[in-house]
Amino acid sequence: MIARLLALMIALCCGLPALAADPDDLPGLIDQLHTRDYAAMEQTVNAIAATGDPLAVAPLQALSDGDLYYRKSDDKVFIARKAESGTDLIDPLTGEFVENVGRRDARKIGINNNMRRALRGALGSLTLLSPDPSVRAAAAQSLFKSPDPNAVEALGQAIAAEKDAAIRTAMEEAQAASILLSDLDDATKIAAIESLADRGGRDAMSLLKGIPDTASDPVKAAAADGIASIEAALALWSTAQNIYYGISLGSVLLMAAIGLAITFGVMGVINMAHGEMVMLGAYTTYVVQEIIRNNAPGMFEFSLAIAVPLAFLVSGSVGVLIERTVIRYLYGRALETLLATWGVSLIIQQLVRSIFGPTNKEVGNPDFMSGAVQLGEMTLTYNRIWIIVFALVVLAMLMLVLKRTPLGLQMRAVTQNRRMAGAMGIRTDRVDALTFGLGSGIAGMAGVALSQIDNVSPNLGQSYIIDSFMVVVFGGVGNLWGTLVGALSLGIANKFLEPYAGAVLAKILVLVAIILFIQKRPRGLFALKGRAVES
Amino acid sequence: MRGLVFRAFDRGGMIFLGILFGLILLLALSNLLMPVGHALHAPTYLVSLIGKYLTYALLALSVDLIWGFCGILSLGHGAFFALGGYAMGMYLMRQIGDRGVYGNPELPDFMVFLNYSELPWYWHGFDMFWFAAIMIVFVPGLLAFIFGWFAFRSRVTGVYLSIITQAMTYALMLAFFRNNMGFGGNNGLTDFKDLLGFDLQNDGTRVGLLFASAAALGLGFLICKAVTRSKYGKVITAIRDAESRTRFLGYRVDRYKLAVFTLSACMAGVAGALYVPQVGIINPSEFTPANSIEVVVWVAVGGRGTLYGAVIGAILVNYAKTYLTGALPEIWLFALGGLFVFVTLFLPRGIVGAINGSGDGGPSPIMTKIRNWREARAMEGRS
Repeated sequence: MIARLLALMIALCCGLPALAADPDDLPGLIDQLHTRDYAAMEQTVNAIAATGDPLAVAPLQALSDGDLYYRKSDDKVFIARKAESGTDLIDPLTGEFVENVGRRDARKIGINNNMRRALRGALGSLTLLSPDPSVRAAAAQSLFKSPDPNAVEALGQAIAAEKDAAIRTAMEEAQAASILLSDLDDATKIAAIESLADRGGRDAMSLLKGIPDTASDPVKAAAADGIASIEAALALWSTAQNIYYGISLGSVLLMAAIGLAITFGVMGVINMAHGEMVMLGAYTTYVVQEIIRNNAPGMFEFSLAIAVPLAFLVSGSVGVLIERTVIRYLYGRALETLLATWGVSLIIQQLVRSIFGPTNKEVGNPDFMSGAVQLGEMTLTYNRIWIIVFALVVLAMLMLVLKRTPLGLQMRAVTQNRRMAGAMGIRTDRVDALTFGLGSGIAGMAGVALSQIDNVSPNLGQSYIIDSFMVVVFGGVGNLWGTLVGALSLGIANKFLEPYAGAVLAKILVLVAIILFIQKRPRGLFALKGRAVES
Repeated sequence: MRGLVFRAFDRGGMIFLGILFGLILLLALSNLLMPVGHALHAPTYLVSLIGKYLTYALLALSVDLIWGFCGILSLGHGAFFALGGYAMGMYLMRQIGDRGVYGNPELPDFMVFLNYSELPWYWHGFDMFWFAAIMIVFVPGLLAFIFGWFAFRSRVTGVYLSIITQAMTYALMLAFFRNNMGFGGNNGLTDFKDLLGFDLQNDGTRVGLLFASAAALGLGFLICKAVTRSKYGKVITAIRDAESRTRFLGYRVDRYKLAVFTLSACMAGVAGALYVPQVGIINPSEFTPANSIEVVVWVAVGGRGTLYGAVIGAILVNYAKTYLTGALPEIWLFALGGLFVFVTLFLPRGIVGAINGSGDGGPSPIMTKIRNWREARAMEGRS
């Protein structure tokens, strides 16, 4: 790498024309711009650029824009500005107003395309030498985006003078991009291609793809290699992006499924109304935000922090209510429970539809949830990151509850052997009610998270319920690690299949895969070991 | 064989079939013979509505066969119904010929619209009714066979089975919503013209379809009756009540289950095929898991394990649905949800079970009283 750069530098230095610049005579140089000989003018422009004086930017920019005029009377050069009558002449270096002359007393200095290119290079090199690091970085960036062969030398000087490593890298990349368009020798170009390939990214690839057909074969071959290596890197990034999307989807599924997993695990009950608990959580968020909007708009940032415990309480208490009024009469009849909870889900759905209307409700994102961070070629949106974090926190807290509290101990005991637990004095019906409340409450918190990325409508729960079932069935019942692994693998599998098969087909393939998987392991990945012949 | 046929015609079954055909005959006569506007005239929409109920009843019957007698709660039976419906729909689409909007003699309208150059391979043969008729039974049966073969062999039971049947119908729904599946995507198959040369808009055809539905329901009823009253049926019931014990006694539980599951799917397919020409459309929404669960509640309301209870439940619930969605659309989902909860909590054996105590449990109080009273009368007569 260093050798390559050295080669580049040497090649550049050899290519540099001898520049005779007298840094003290900037005004004199500027006056020399008034000439019809473009070769001489280019010499002068280069000389001005070589002074590296930031003051020289203004006249060169004016020349490039066609605003540089000379006064007929004494051939002095000024920046011209149209006035109400005639033309205002402005000192090119100080920017001070000099005089107003008649329209015919000052004439524009004409340039051709060749000059324009030379001016771009000169301007680029002047800004590249600017004392302000942000200006230098911006100049390097813009030269990378629109490379200019004339800027190659200027970039070489800037690189030599640059102290900031990041800006120097940017400059080197811009130089490499510019070299590709120049008529320098092949070895230099190949070195440039290699340094571009090292940079990677879509911009570098489009630059390499833009190499003209007139280039020599070694250059083209090097470019093809570079494109291949960038493509490989991009494929790696897109894999990483897919994993991220998968984890994000998986965390949503995890939140929706853990409540289901513990109620199924402890009580052997499939709660078809679980999706509606998620929906209630989302609507709780909506109500909280509406109240905040109407009463205390300043509190909006805290709306989610308020909504999370509230959603837990709302969904949890609805869950306990369902358990006390319906499910407890159906123990031992799993299939009937399934039907009854389905009925409950229809009632809750219709209730919400009657109260809030069938249309989508808008739930706002607080500031910390909106926006995105760029990591390499990946875009990570903040709301998804927060949801992943939230899901993991919820999982960890639930683990703590299960392993470190009396309730958790009792729940695990009931999961493993209900009658034995009862014989040991555990009030199994109370454990059931609390478990159901806990599972529903977690679903409510999942609803708060979902309200940030999905439409809040009465059908919200329905769209997640089948996927949550799949997670539970896949991961195995009564084991939170199983739920975690199940949710993440389902999410990632979905997102990996999507580019090849499309979103719908990916989902179908995952469903078919799970149906087949169940044949192999009817009790899921992490089945509870027990002696029961029949569950 | 004679025994099998004979067993099917027990007294209750005969009464049921008698009532069914008597009512259907009355309806048909009043539609065809009475002049329009007469007080006794049954409008054609009513004929189609009853016809639709009868196909639902056949679907409910097929669910009752596996749930009521074998304990397999399928939440995906709507999938077999819809597949049968699609097979029929494909035949009806091919019958449209060049009368479609685009006038293409070979391709259905939606294919012309989606720029198909030729018919997909799986559409070939559906221009012949006999082929479509075979497919109506074969496709749902095959799916059920493959699905059941995997599921029952590895002993997936109870709620696990319910959930994966639900996943199956959900996957099929997503698949049929795709335009490039070649089944009309979102819009499904519709705009049918005629069936076996009879105009579908004609009153006579409608009555014919009503009779066909009634005949299919009657036949399905007799088959279920014959199956459940045979020795085979006893094993099925034994599996429902004690699967492991049946297995330990040496029965190949998975094969028994597979056979009854496949039979049930074929019946559902026939129901779907008769449903489509009467409602005039088949689209992927028939695959929604909610539809399949609704079928289960029809059976639960009527009383599972009784066969005719399933028919009564399907007709009652669907009548209530027709009435409520028209008169009080807000109320319907409350009513349906409430029905689920009410039936599972208070009527575990359904309406039929509450009245006469057949089904899986002992006799109901009402029937016990009647029987005691009869026995007392008989005792009195003898003495």
